[in-house]
Parts: sequence; structure tokens; C-alpha cells
Amino acid sequence: MTETAPPAARKKKRGSSLPRLAQAGPVSVWMVLFVTIPMLFIIYISFMTRNTFGGIEYKFSLTSYKTLLDAIYFVVIAKSLKVALVTTLLCLLLGYPFAYYIARKPPQVASKLIMLIMIPFWTNSLMRLNAWMLLFQTNGPVNNALLSLGWISQPHKFIYTDWLVMVGLITNMLPFAVLPMYSSIEKLQNSLLEASADLGARPSVTFRKVTLPLTFPGIFSAIILTFIPALGIYTVTDMLGGGKVLYIGNIIKNQFGVIRNWPLGAALSVLLLLITALLIFIYTRFARIEDMEVV
Amino acid sequence: MGNSIVSLQHVEKWFGSNHVVKDMNLEIEEGEFLTLLGPSGCGKTTTLRMIAGFEDATSGTIEVQGERVEEKEPFQRDVNTVFQNYSLFPHMTVYDNVAYGPMIRKVPKDEIKKRVTEMLELVQMSGYEKRKPDALSGGQKQRVAIARALINNPRVLLLDEPLGALDLKLRKQMQIELKRLQRKLDITFVYVTHDQEEAMTMSDRIAVMRDGVILQIGKPTDIYDHPRTKFVADFIGESNVFEGTVSRAAGGLLTVETPQGVVTTCGEGFQPGEKLYVSIRPEFVSIGPAASESFSLPAKVKDFIYMGAVTKTSLDLADGKEIKLSRFEADSAVHEGDGVFVSWDPARSVAIKAEEVQQ
Repeated sequence: MTETAPPAARKKKRGSSLPRLAQAGPVSVWMVLFVTIPMLFIIYISFMTRNTFGGIEYKFSLTSYKTLLDAIYFVVIAKSLKVALVTTLLCLLLGYPFAYYIARKPPQVASKLIMLIMIPFWTNSLMRLNAWMLLFQTNGPVNNALLSLGWISQPHKFIYTDWLVMVGLITNMLPFAVLPMYSSIEKLQNSLLEASADLGARPSVTFRKVTLPLTFPGIFSAIILTFIPALGIYTVTDMLGGGKVLYIGNIIKNQFGVIRNWPLGAALSVLLLLITALLIFIYTRFARIEDMEVV
Repeated sequence: MGNSIVSLQHVEKWFGSNHVVKDMNLEIEEGEFLTLLGPSGCGKTTTLRMIAGFEDATSGTIEVQGERVEEKEPFQRDVNTVFQNYSLFPHMTVYDNVAYGPMIRKVPKDEIKKRVTEMLELVQMSGYEKRKPDALSGGQKQRVAIARALINNPRVLLLDEPLGALDLKLRKQMQIELKRLQRKLDITFVYVTHDQEEAMTMSDRIAVMRDGVILQIGKPTDIYDHPRTKFVADFIGESNVFEGTVSRAAGGLLTVETPQGVVTTCGEGFQPGEKLYVSIRPEFVSIGPAASESFSLPAKVKDFIYMGAVTKTSLDLADGKEIKLSRFEADSAVHEGDGVFVSWDPARSVAIKAEEVQQ
């Protein structure tokens, strides 16, 4: 009796998994065509050789990966990681209170506030970046204002600094931080906060013991959604950093577009991919635990 | 009468232009099981939430154990709440949920352990310590929620429709358990429900609310036997209510003219010509084949509903008004469509002033 039960259960499971695969069919075709194949191609190129004219010679080589061991790349990657990390942290610190504020508003007000973040987000990012450049130019409005206030004696150099790159990155990434945190906080039942207060917890304790752990999936999504793009983005760093400060995204772009060392660009991409994959792996581990905890 | 442990004086609550609680005066006695009963939107939950501190009273004073609490935050008040939707922390185990209160109060770990074990035993949930709330049934969640609220040894426990989400059978069982728990722990329960049967089962006293006002407060039997307003007569149990005018008042006996015919009822303080309601419970209505001496209304038997313990009979009076009666045993001599005469013992019916008395 007990021996016949497991095969029956297995059979049933197999039966129900088939239509699910069929459902996933179109998506997996799409994924293979537009994600897997290009990625495999990148990995493939990274093991090839660069020919004299900037093309690819299809000959196996580890040259690109050896180049990566060069100290300069280590510095660039470390710096990119640092900038991405600081951007992510600032996005969280700025985004969480904002997300919390929106989430506790009645739905009609909340949707209007969400629009406020979405509108700049929908504006072309190059236009937005140009706007930042204009604002912070040597004789731009910000410098002029500071000069006329007498706060500075000569124009401050804002553009092409890490500082402005960070401002650009944060304004670019903030929606990606706010939205997942908003949806997490919005799901948080007010009665849980009341229960905590009822049992004697002051608001700060309630935040630490209840709010934060229960909104953690949203925080983690926000980390993923800001950190990964912030690490790889090159438009912001290119324009606001003026190409003077090097980030991994710019180097990859340059290897493909300017210097035409595709294998090295591909190897750098693979490295970026690995960092991303590691983060997503950590994320899925967390998410699985959290999914069970958060209804 | 005991000492009052919770006292509300002239408490008002406005939500914007919405007057939710109106000049509420309520003394809750030490150790009693008091139920705030009323339809949704009557202000009962708001009243409870003002005692807990989740809502601020717009004006008036609230005292708990002789201390003014209006200015105190919920975490500073020595009352605990059992929430309607349990509100267990989903990221914590049963143990951690129950231990939350003493943990916040920085009670030593082994002391917490002892108390959690005690509490889980009290609500018959020993052995579930490691489970997450998601892995519990509704009834089990509610037991944990009760344990969590009781662990801080509150003198007053506030319960906001705690059994609302449970199925009928479990609800009945939990009603009895809650009542026993309250007796055993000898603490004050303030219970909010819209279920009049639940209120009757559990309460020492019931405060019937409507539109932010307590219409009547008293023992379940008082409220059942002597409803002071038409609303209370209707809301608590079933009632047949007749609208009429007093035509004669003598020696506590009123003769009332209603559109359905003349009836008599007991009632004090009514003048001839005064409009009033006469309420009679279905179990006190009698029917017979012939007109009785005092008064009787001709009626036609409409249908029978067999409810198990009782059989409910609906009859149509002359003008089509329906009157209900219930009997332990079905009267085999009466059939659907039979013409009969309805009457009752005037001492069993209640005369209610037409303009609802507001306490």
C-alpha cells in the first residue's frame, strides 16, 4: 500500500508539469533567441583573439582574461563597484522613506505621487543628462547662483566629477529603488504595526522588528534593480564623467566601439555578468525564504 | 457593582465630517465580560481602538485603571488587543510571536521561555512553537493571537471581532473557550462583535450601539426581555414589532390600536394617544383556532421552517404583515393556509416609546 503510493504521486507530478512547460514554451524560445544565444556568443568571443584590424580571429586564446588581471582593471572594477554600491545605498536611503510615505497614503494620492517619479523616468535619459550638464556647467545656473550668493569666489567645477556622476546615477536609478520598496511596504498590514505597538514596542522598535524584516524582499529587489544597472551603465558616466573617470561600463563600450578589442570587451562583460549572476543567486535564496514568510 | 477599570466620559470621535462616536459614557467594571454589539459602522470598533490608543478621541476622557490615557501612545498603555485578522507577525514563529511582548520589555530569556510555554498551554497550542503563522489554521492562529495578547498580563483585554473569520462550529467552540479563559484569568474582556448570538453567549453585559451611540447597556437577559428601543428589540434576537397608538392605559396594561388590529401589552408611563411600538418575541406568540378573550388577530399560516430544535412558523396578518412564532414542537393540528388567531400574554410583550430613547 505504502509502496505503491510514491510512484502514483510522481506520475501525477509529471503529468502536471507538462502543460507548465508548454506554457513556458514561447517565453523560453524568446529567452533563447534574445538572451541565451547572444550571451553564449559573448562568452565565445571572450575566448577568441583580436586581429590587427580590430576584428575577431576565431582562434582560442586566454589573452583577454590575462589582460583582466592587470592592476588597472582591478582599480576600475573596484571603483565601479564602489560607485554602484554608494549609488545603491543612497537610493535606498532616499527611496525607502519616500516609498513608505507613498505607501501609507490613500491609493488615489499614492498613484499621483508614483506618477511624480515616473514622469522624469519616462523622459529621455540623454535629455535628462544634458539638463544636469547645463545646470552644473562652469557658467551654468548653479555656479552663477552660488557666485551671486557669495558662497564661492570662482566657479566650481562640477561636471566630469565622481560627484556629478553619482547625482546622475541616483536620479536615474531612484525609480527602480522606490517602486519595488513601495509595493512591499504597501502590502504591509497596518494592523501588524498596531499589534507591535500594542505589545509595548515603540515606533523605532516596531520598524526594526516588524517593518524592516517584512519589507526586506522589496529592499532586496531595489538593491538588485539599482546596483546592477549602476554597475554597467555607461551613458551617465560617459556624459557626466566626460569619459575622464573610467568605469567598467565605459571600458566595455570603448572596447567594442572605439578600441575595437572585442574579445577584451567580451571578457569584461563576462566578468560583469558573473558579478550580476552572483547577486541574483543571493537574491533568489533570500526571495525564496521571504516568499514563505510574507503572505 | 465592582470598580470600573475602564471609564469613558463624553468621548467623541469625528473622522472628518463623520461623527462616529457621540458623547460616549461607559463604565467597564473590573473582571467583567463586556460586549460592544452593533451593526457595522456603529462605532464599536472605533470605541475599542480609542481604548487601545490606535485612534485619538476627538474629545472626552478615557481612563484605564484610574489613569487618564488619552495622551498615551498605544505602546504606553497597559491594555492588549486581539485583532480581527489575528495580525500575527508572519516572519516569526509561534514562539517568537508570543514572546514578542516580554522580549520588548526585556524580560530575561528563561523567564520568557517559561511564560511562553505557560501561555501556549493555556490556549492549547503546546507543540506548535516552531511553526510559522502560515502553517496554522484560522482557529490556531486565533489561539496564538490570544496567547500573545495575554502574555503581558493585561488587566484589560480588548477583542475586536476575534472570531469573525472562523466557521460557525469553531466559532461556537471558541466562544465557550474564551468565556472560560476570561473566568479563569479573572481579567476584564472588552469584546466587539456584530453577532448578537455571540454577545448573548459570552457577555456579562452587552452595550448595544448604533450610529455612535450606546442605545442600551445591561445583562443579556435584561436586554433580551426588556429592549428599550425598537432597534434593540429587532437587533437582539428575533422580534415581531407592531406600531400603534395607545387607546387605553390602566394599571400597567395598555390597549394599543395597530393597523393589524387591537392588541394589549404591559407597559408603564404611556398616555392614551401616544404612539409606541409593541414588541413580542416569536417564542411567546400563541396561535389558536378561535379568538381568545383578551385580544386576537386573525392570521393565515404561511409556512413552517424546521430548524431542528425549534420550528418557526410564519403567518400573514390581515393586512399582509408577517408575524413569526417559534415552537419546540411543530403543532400537527396547524397546516399551511389554515386560518388561525394570534395572541400573546400581555406580560410577555414589551411596550417601546416611539421616539427612541437615547441613553
